[in-house]
Amino acid sequence: MEKFTTLSGIAAPLPLINVDTDMIIPKQFLKTIKRSGLGVNLFDEMRYDDDGNEIKDFVLNKPAYRNAEILVAGDNFGCGSSREHAPWALLDFGIRCVIGPSYADIFYNNCFKNGILPIVLPQEQVDVLMKDAEKGANARIEVDLAAQTVTSSDGEVFSFDVDGFKKHCLLNGLDDIGLTMEKAASIDAFEQQASAARPWV
Amino acid sequence: MSPKTLYDKIWDAHLAHEAEDGTCLLYIDRHLVHEVTSPQAFEGLRMTNRAVRAPDKTIAVPDHNVPTTPDRVSGGMNEESRIQVEALDKNAKDFGIHYYPVSDVRQGIVHIVGPEQGWTLPGMTVVCGDSHTATHGAFGALAHGIGTSEVEHVLATQTLIQKKSKNMKVEITGKLRPGVTAKDITLSVIGKTGTAGGTSYVIEYCGQAIRDLSMEGRMTVCNMAIEGGARAGLIAPDEKTYKYVQGRPHAPKAAQWQAALNWWKTLYSDDDAHWDKVVTIRGEDIAPVVTWGTSPEDVLPITGTVPAPEDFEGGKVEAAKRSLDYMGLTPGTPLSEVKIDTVFIGSCTNGRIEDLRAAAAILKGKKIKDGLRAMVVPGSGLVRLQAEEEGLADIFKEAGFEWRLAGCSMCLAMNPDQLSPGERCAATSNRNFEGRQGRGGRTHLMSPAMAAAAAVTGHLTDVRDLM
Repeated sequence: MEKFTTLSGIAAPLPLINVDTDMIIPKQFLKTIKRSGLGVNLFDEMRYDDDGNEIKDFVLNKPAYRNAEILVAGDNFGCGSSREHAPWALLDFGIRCVIGPSYADIFYNNCFKNGILPIVLPQEQVDVLMKDAEKGANARIEVDLAAQTVTSSDGEVFSFDVDGFKKHCLLNGLDDIGLTMEKAASIDAFEQQASAARPWV
Repeated sequence: MSPKTLYDKIWDAHLAHEAEDGTCLLYIDRHLVHEVTSPQAFEGLRMTNRAVRAPDKTIAVPDHNVPTTPDRVSGGMNEESRIQVEALDKNAKDFGIHYYPVSDVRQGIVHIVGPEQGWTLPGMTVVCGDSHTATHGAFGALAHGIGTSEVEHVLATQTLIQKKSKNMKVEITGKLRPGVTAKDITLSVIGKTGTAGGTSYVIEYCGQAIRDLSMEGRMTVCNMAIEGGARAGLIAPDEKTYKYVQGRPHAPKAAQWQAALNWWKTLYSDDDAHWDKVVTIRGEDIAPVVTWGTSPEDVLPITGTVPAPEDFEGGKVEAAKRSLDYMGLTPGTPLSEVKIDTVFIGSCTNGRIEDLRAAAAILKGKKIKDGLRAMVVPGSGLVRLQAEEEGLADIFKEAGFEWRLAGCSMCLAMNPDQLSPGERCAATSNRNFEGRQGRGGRTHLMSPAMAAAAAVTGHLTDVRDLM
């Protein structure tokens, strides 16, 4: 997994609540057995018309946002299915950070496993950054994970919370499975105790 | 000992490691696997030379993109779907996990197969790369969906890195009125709490109306916990649970049955346990409901009218505008006047035998409205067989329904069963998101009996008028 330390990038505004994972990556693109290549179909049904032509008004089709690395989102972003194809598609497009007031649980976790930082800020602060993002390519938003800050293009600084373990893994690009395997002795011991207590499992 | 909720008890019984910062390793008893969210995880194992730690606790079945038409084995599957299903065939074989291939009569939707085969038992931790894993909570198991990276983590370590969720109690008191079902309960709860109302919580459903539900009804309720944003939803086991489980192929037998039962009987929330959030709904206040919009929280009694954006506040005003536009609905229209094109009965929410019985009871001796497309997709091959034995299949076929093979089908339209742009569907599934059942497709969620009623009249219908 690629490390996430700091990011200074163009932020695309997507002021919709309850953006679900079917919107982020529709089911017809889940038939891949790879993690890569999904960026072209990110937000497919909002981004292309029935003939596959780009819909000009959609934010990621606007020239200013084609290289966006940050998405400023609405409440309950990523609700719905557990498909990790949603963060894979965001990452493949180039999005490394999402900023919003809240996320669905599984999507939120899936982001961290893929080097994407989902930042939670109060609605008023997201509103400020949404306005900032609407300014286009000249307005770059800065994110510093170690310091846990987001800085708007006007220099306004917002602090955010993030779980210590998730932050550590993201800052260092650590593989969860490797870390868990270091605790194999604990798992072995638990397994023995549990299979004695509940042999039918 | 301090009082505990059911969730606390299951959590404590599965805690394999706790770090100083509170990050926990939760041991997983059952890992269910399907073809769409697992290929990258198995690939990850191969690339790192890792094995599946507990193949005996890992069960796989293809369901999401298998066609449900009779020709599916002989070539009804498109190239990409075939590659995914063949990848699961190979991964199951290479890693030595339990497997129900497409050709097996026990194949079906993973959340129907698990309970049916006795893999799901009270007090277990159950995960699957699918958000509707919450279904298994009906047995008093802690069951939730995970992403593909977590699938790989569970395959390799049989554990999941977790932080504990908060406890939420959803109590449905009293008795349900005639025509009101488990689906109406679960949709009504989401209508009240919103799709983010359960975020960061595990819900325990309780109260007389929940106790009165059959195991299948309880599965319908828990299935949609995720649509309310909850990590999981569960229901304390009772005599109905034990009776449902006993004798299933993978349920404990003989002396182990008694040992299991002794433990299961300790699985309830203590009287003075702490709840971080409590929601109470009177069973008598729940009506047969349908969804009108593109979020499962857009729920109204069938006797209601299409709302206007200005009925809402905040971000929901814009969302409602977008939903109404997408759904092609005009505010003020009575919901019972909304004409439909298609009826879909099936899915992990409502694809079990009791769901088919409820729909068949409405359809018996009737025909579907002219011009309508209607299909029944049993949740598993065994549900299909039983429905045939009980004569339900004949009722559906005589009414004009297509009688399909088991799979996820039109619930998520990853297979050939899809809606066309603008096509309006009465569906027993769980999500009415934009494009969920096919690009431009319009979904109204409801119970199997309500979907059957809509099939007869050709419009959204109060099932009580046909009872």
